[in-house]
Amino acid sequence: MAHEATMSPLAHADDHHGEHHESPNVFGFWLYLMTDCVLFGSIFAAFAVLRNQYAGGPSGKELFDLTNVGIETAILLFSSITYGFASLNALAKNKKMVLLWLAVTFVLGLSFVGLELNEFSSMIAEGNGPDRSAFLSAFFTLVGTHGLHVTCGLIWMAVLMVQMMGPQDLSERMMNKLACLSLFWHFLDIVWICVFSFVYLAGVM
Amino acid sequence: MTQAPTTTMTGDSHGSYPSYLIGFVLAVILTVASFAAVMSHALSPGMALAALTVLAVVQIVVHLVFFLHMNTSTEQSWNLMCFIFAAASVIVIIGGTIFIMHDTAINMMSR
Repeated sequence: MAHEATMSPLAHADDHHGEHHESPNVFGFWLYLMTDCVLFGSIFAAFAVLRNQYAGGPSGKELFDLTNVGIETAILLFSSITYGFASLNALAKNKKMVLLWLAVTFVLGLSFVGLELNEFSSMIAEGNGPDRSAFLSAFFTLVGTHGLHVTCGLIWMAVLMVQMMGPQDLSERMMNKLACLSLFWHFLDIVWICVFSFVYLAGVM
Repeated sequence: MTQAPTTTMTGDSHGSYPSYLIGFVLAVILTVASFAAVMSHALSPGMALAALTVLAVVQIVVHLVFFLHMNTSTEQSWNLMCFIFAAASVIVIIGGTIFIMHDTAINMMSR
């Protein structure tokens, strides 16, 4: 009901003049992202306090593999621009290309999560799990929360791709969904900037 | 904007291929600079942390402008205002936490 009411004037506006007004759905999602921002801020604050509390365990210098972090960073950055290409093709109503770029983004996101899980499992296998020290608890909470967000974004992306596969055109409703996921995906890349800067790079100094 | 309906949707507020590519190149340069600042061991830890902070803030702005299409237009003023409020909250949370916990640690002589 609610989205029907907000969408019909939009559809007409787009046909007749270039002024594209942002949907209230997208603005609402932006508000959610801002609260998510505060959530990550809190976890970063906890990490900032606990980053030197090793409890005799290993420090970041011994644990972090910057090559792995560099690859993860590159993957996320590439997935940001491939999602951007999907958005541009969606605006041009080129559905096949949207699906193609979303698939590329999905594969990149999946390999990011895979690399992160691989890193986590090898750390835990060596006895350096979240229970080892306050530093590692904060590390797993922060990086794990980001990874969980990426995983949710991947599930969301897969659902959108399935919904788009039918014969129908890209509706205004689907455009809003794509716009929300775009904000989410680019936002996660911004969080990752802080993670690789202040967790990994600052951790090995 | 008005003469070609097919191109109106790809106006500035939604980005374009050049703007995504400019953002991507800037992001790559800033990321490489961050890694180089630490991996080259050319800077002292304090200087390197300062460099990381500056580079991270600049890269966040690059992402916000080129990927999230934030701007100062009136249409986006609410988005911008919410963002500024959230950013201020985050700065208070992180800055305040570090300040209070550092002060506590000093007074408790725990580090």
